[in-house]
Amino acid sequence: MIDWGWVVDHLDDLAGRTIQHLGFAVAALAIGFAIAFALSLWSLRQRRVYAPIIGFTGILYTIPSLALFAAMVPITGLSVLTAIIPLVLYTLLILVRNIVAGFDAVPADVEEAANGMGYTRRARLRAVELPLALPLIVAGVRVASVSTIGLVTITGALGDRFGGLGFFIFEGYRRSFPTEILFGAIPAMVLAVAVDLALVAVQGRLTPWTRAEVQPGMSSLDPVTADDVAPKAA
Amino acid sequence: MGIIGDVIAWLTDPAHWTGPSGIPTRVAEHLAISLAALVIASLIALPIGLYVGHTRRGGQSAVNVANLARAIPSLALIGIAVPITVLVDPQVGFKVLPTLIAMIVLGIPPILINTYTGITEVDRDLTEAANGMGLTSRQVLTGVELPLAASVIMAGIGSAAVQIIATATLGAIFGFGGLGSYLVQGIAQNDDAMLFSGVVLVAALAVGAEAAFGFLGRALRPHEVDTATPALLEPSQPEGTPAVG
Repeated sequence: MIDWGWVVDHLDDLAGRTIQHLGFAVAALAIGFAIAFALSLWSLRQRRVYAPIIGFTGILYTIPSLALFAAMVPITGLSVLTAIIPLVLYTLLILVRNIVAGFDAVPADVEEAANGMGYTRRARLRAVELPLALPLIVAGVRVASVSTIGLVTITGALGDRFGGLGFFIFEGYRRSFPTEILFGAIPAMVLAVAVDLALVAVQGRLTPWTRAEVQPGMSSLDPVTADDVAPKAA
Repeated sequence: MGIIGDVIAWLTDPAHWTGPSGIPTRVAEHLAISLAALVIASLIALPIGLYVGHTRRGGQSAVNVANLARAIPSLALIGIAVPITVLVDPQVGFKVLPTLIAMIVLGIPPILINTYTGITEVDRDLTEAANGMGLTSRQVLTGVELPLAASVIMAGIGSAAVQIIATATLGAIFGFGGLGSYLVQGIAQNDDAMLFSGVVLVAALAVGAEAAFGFLGRALRPHEVDTATPALLEPSQPEGTPAVG
């Protein structure tokens, strides 16, 4: 059922598309994180902007990705921006929620102690609050990464220059060739799950004080709660 | 202003409201497949979530599996489903089935996680009191735990619904109609009015579904008891009325 000869012949393509996949994902996450961090600091200083930011990014997050990618086509043509802009927008809800929640979780007496020790606002943020906020921030980066890796596959709908591993799924479907579909689908799944597990490990490294709670085989450091934002499916 | 006018003209053109590619047909297709996936996902996830939540047996592993499943890209799920469905039925296997299967698999984790979390968050004192009153295990589940968890469970079903509706959009690429058709055809034919009308319709459906489930969830939320003024201290009967029982 699987054409192994074809698979062996296309391993170079697989490597190229994997690099493209990670390139799109890393670019979107880096830009998304920079924007989300700025929005979060703004929200922490001016509480009243938080609700509108979450409301707006929440509505964006609800819009099916194919619609947002398609909407970009008449505006940015078939350039890289057509894929990157929606990918960036979809990271914002998760990242802003988790960054703000992370800084909110810093106990007030820790901040006061830091003030008492003579920290400036900026130094306090970097040396005291950021390390304490990291567990939730990294948890947010993890969900945003998994979500973005999934969404990169859908950019393949824009054409052959996009899609990362999703390219094989679309082309395989057009050619009614199951081998090629699986050639994209299985590595895409492995990539998403591997990044998920790798970021769990990073989470443990950055926050050694929570390491005792990590049990083997657990996919999550923190208990999943009912109102967690799930990775965007499509 | 140009494109907004074009979209309004497209959406209000009577020709786009009839026939097999008309808006009512596409909306109906989209809703029908989404509803089918949501019902099947609920039928699978609700009993498992209720069981592991109620018995507290195997809950963490069920949640971990569900959580890991959330990481799988939906397009990859569709892709993995295609070769399997082709084996079952070469005709339908390349059309609606792969998208439907992916939608079901995607719908399960949020419903399962929220059902489990909702049930386990019910105050233990309440279930123990219910046990002490002689309620059976099933009565505790349906009479105490389920009503108190209903709002959280509904939030999970709502989250599943939004993901399912988004995935149904992809179905247009895989030989199934739905509202995604306007996006795919709009790009292919360089028809911006059709494309943006599709964006408006798809976004409205997803945002509308989220709002509707949010409303349902709030309606199901248990009434808050005002603990500041314990009910026991207030006269429960008008004075002079003999207490019954």
